[in-house]
Amino acid sequence: MILDAKIPDGPIAEKWEKHKFNVKLVNPANKRKYDIIIVGSGLAGASAAATLAELGYNVKVFCFQDSARRAHSIAAQGGINAAKNYQNDGDSVYRLFYDTVKGGDYRAREANVYRLAQVSVNIIDQCVAQGVPFAREYGGLLANRSFGGAQVSRTFYARGQTGQQLLLGAYSALNRQIAYGKVQMFPRTEMLDLVMVDGKARGIVTRHLVTGHIESHSAHAVVLATGGYGNVFYLSTNAMGSNTTAIWRAYKKGAFFGNPCFTQIHPTCIPVSGEYQSKLTLMSESLRNDGRVWVPKAKGDKRVPRDIPEAERDYFLERKYPAFGNLVPRDVASRNAKLACDEGRGVGSTGLAVYLDFADAIKRDGLDKVSQKYGNLFEMYAKITGEDPYQSPMRIYPAVHYTMGGLWVDYNLMTTIPGLYAAGEANFSDHGANRLGASALMQGLADGYFVLPYTIGDYLAQNPGPKISTDHPAFKESETNVRATIQKLLSINGTKTVDEFHKELGLLMWDYCGMARNAEGLQFAKDKIKALREEFWRNVKLYGENEDMNQTIEKAGRVADFLELGELMVTDALHRNESCGGHFREEYQTPENEALRDDTNFAYVAAWEYTGPNSEARLNKEPLEFENVKLTQRSYK
Amino acid sequence: MAGNNPNSTPMNLTLKVWRQKNAKTQGQLVTYNVKEISPDMSFLEMFDVLNEDLLRQGQEPVAFDHDCREGICGMCSMYINGRAHGPEKGTTTCQLHMRKFKDGDTIVVEPWRANAFTVHKDLSTDRSALDRIQQAGGYVSVNTGGVPDANEIPIPKPIADKAFDAATCIQCGACVAACKNASAMLFLSAKVSQLALLPQGKVERKTRVENMLAQHDAEGFGSCTNIGACAAECPVGISLDNIAMLNREYISAKATSDNIG
Ligand SMILES: Cc1cc2nc3c(=O)[nH]c(=O)nc-3n(C[C@H](O)[C@H](O)[C@H](O)COP(=O)(O)OP(=O)(O)OC[C@H]3O[C@@H](n4cnc5c(N)ncnc54)[C@H](O)[C@@H]3O)c2cc1C
Ligand code: SF4
Ligand code: FES
Repeated sequence: MILDAKIPDGPIAEKWEKHKFNVKLVNPANKRKYDIIIVGSGLAGASAAATLAELGYNVKVFCFQDSARRAHSIAAQGGINAAKNYQNDGDSVYRLFYDTVKGGDYRAREANVYRLAQVSVNIIDQCVAQGVPFAREYGGLLANRSFGGAQVSRTFYARGQTGQQLLLGAYSALNRQIAYGKVQMFPRTEMLDLVMVDGKARGIVTRHLVTGHIESHSAHAVVLATGGYGNVFYLSTNAMGSNTTAIWRAYKKGAFFGNPCFTQIHPTCIPVSGEYQSKLTLMSESLRNDGRVWVPKAKGDKRVPRDIPEAERDYFLERKYPAFGNLVPRDVASRNAKLACDEGRGVGSTGLAVYLDFADAIKRDGLDKVSQKYGNLFEMYAKITGEDPYQSPMRIYPAVHYTMGGLWVDYNLMTTIPGLYAAGEANFSDHGANRLGASALMQGLADGYFVLPYTIGDYLAQNPGPKISTDHPAFKESETNVRATIQKLLSINGTKTVDEFHKELGLLMWDYCGMARNAEGLQFAKDKIKALREEFWRNVKLYGENEDMNQTIEKAGRVADFLELGELMVTDALHRNESCGGHFREEYQTPENEALRDDTNFAYVAAWEYTGPNSEARLNKEPLEFENVKLTQRSYK
Repeated sequence: MAGNNPNSTPMNLTLKVWRQKNAKTQGQLVTYNVKEISPDMSFLEMFDVLNEDLLRQGQEPVAFDHDCREGICGMCSMYINGRAHGPEKGTTTCQLHMRKFKDGDTIVVEPWRANAFTVHKDLSTDRSALDRIQQAGGYVSVNTGGVPDANEIPIPKPIADKAFDAATCIQCGACVAACKNASAMLFLSAKVSQLALLPQGKVERKTRVENMLAQHDAEGFGSCTNIGACAAECPVGISLDNIAMLNREYISAKATSDNIG
């Protein structure tokens, strides 16, 4: 099936304006007749919920944490892009659009990316109006920094806590609507199923994480803003609870899954230190503004860094990519770090790390200035590793960080299920095969504040159906299934814990579907994952009962879904016989080890369709047309 | 392994952990031994090890709250050896590392205790009262769209920096747990100061402080007697100056209320 993305006609710069004019409106008095469910209270969910409630809709918001403000967006460090051109360095909507399409290695949809760049400027205005304390210059105006894949300074930031401050802005707007009674908030409540009536998304079934209570909620439209699925790799920079459950269960109800194998491996994370490791910690990309990445020139050089003279160091990013230097996009930086380690030039006791060195920046700008910019990151590094990065360089290594894949959505952010929307990291997004730094926060807030409020209105104005009671058989059936699955998991009483399965899956994914992939390895992983999933359903060990706070149930449900998603990711990676962005197939590379795209055969979004428990997913395609940005080999030299 | 830490010998520890089935039942401290704990582990990773052991022995794992494990989400909340978030200054439970402990130590771990926080189970508590305080006024009343260009609101850097310091509160509730009155004044004052300092927040400063304080009291938090235990235990260093500012805001709101009628 060829998918229709419903991209409006006309020149790219006019599409969104025109579309906004053409969408149907719900009159103010009618808005209160419509109920909208939003799953997720991160940047995408909270901003959408606040805005839709301001417009007059009745909104219900769900999150699994104990407060909406703890959504994983809170952890974003470095910044948010916007084409404000406050620095007068040649930035523009077009340039942000161009950088994003190129950075995504030409696997994103042009029209969406252009709209994203357009509304980026409104985001900053909105956040400042809410009281978000962005960094400022002495003149009182906003400050900017640079991020990877861009030659302009367009990143707004709030020390190393940008995500926190943006989320607190959206959370405050959400709180205001909760106080007005327009939003009902359901924390510690996990969505376990999507309910459909007459082919439309009409509600969800949830489990309360303290009482175990299973409940149905009905609405006229459902938005999934449930974040990324990087935890399929077990170790990632994501929060422990980040999961795929909501979008996966929607996939099994008919929503197509776009580009599942497009994963971002972030180059600057604190390396793994032992078996017990539960998560990996990102060191913000902003550090690459001043930090220099290097390894010893010689293999197996075990001297401490300060004993290695300049001439014997290889600043490999600066050497290979003089134009962008340490600020090449993430996929390029990660792959080169891996390459250096594969050559035996990695550092630290595992040999799986490279240095990120601030000695020059400290010499040039002084300790004070460096600590002003990065103090909290340096502190975090010291806490975790017990080493002082002011004294010796940081050791860093790539780690799973972000998933460009997600539910396929059209220009309106609607999935292939009518009335079901996906926003933020949960959709297959505007980032193609590689996301540029500081663009996820931008996308989450663009979707929530400025896109969904228009497009959902358009849907609701065209008769989404009557209110439906949760006594409807579709809800009852779904509740029964949810209960049965939990009972099944509890009754297996095998010998392996959920974490053991999760670690095994994560390792398979990292080894065969990580930074470098090849057909043989992917096929191997696919068989292994199937076997692991089969073992899981035979041998997993949970504890206790459903009607309780039972964290083994939470974990088991999520890992059960990861075990299915992992296979789809591998299938997707196997089918895409090209390299692009974060998807690096070893068989397809240039003589300089750069990703070799195949635009003739693969310039499309792969949207996978669920066909049943024991059958292969079906591939659907959305061809990508590039009318504005010319397809070329990406070069950062 | 990768840590170039001189002290990397594994430790054996005794844990006394608060176990409580739910809000309606009584709890008690239960003793567990954990072995081979690496000093590079985080405190929560040590709990992961304990929980995996318990599960394998057919016993119930300990329920505890956590998510980001980076010190930013504010979800983790353990009262360790009589201190909120444990012995290291300026550190959340998830960022506390085992190198702060010695082989053979006994560690007592309890949930946050406060009138306004009930225990859900074991180490997990209900802190929703803090959200409700935010809902009472922790915002600037602007709708999406129709706002001025960001650079039309210049803010002197020192003011912006000060507002930022207050804005970094992670809403963990350690200040409440550390306070013998179980007051949430440090938490509340952080939001009030952030918004009172910024031009965007000044418009509603009077109603904000009154409404948030009223909610604070209604939730059953105690009053502030200026002991300062809160700021000493706050993982992100929210300063007592904010409480002073809150008091000034409150007095000036009372004196010159905007409420008509
Ligand atoms: C460490 C780190 C640093 C980052 N730094 C940056 C940066 O500097 N700049 C940038 O642009 N991007 C950054 N990113 C990426 C960015 O933070 C995320 O992509 C973005 O915040 C995702 O927002 P979201 O709203 O889509 O989802 P999230 O913030 O992840 O929110 C997901 C929400 O869904 C809820 N949820 C999930 N599943 C369920 C379920 N089944 N039932 C109920 N609720 C559910 C959760 O409770 C939560 O409320 C960073 C990411 C990480 C991990
Ligand atoms: S003031 Fe400090 S201790 Fe209190 S909730 Fe905020 S961050 Fe936690
Ligand atoms: S788990 Fe997020 S602050 Fe500790």
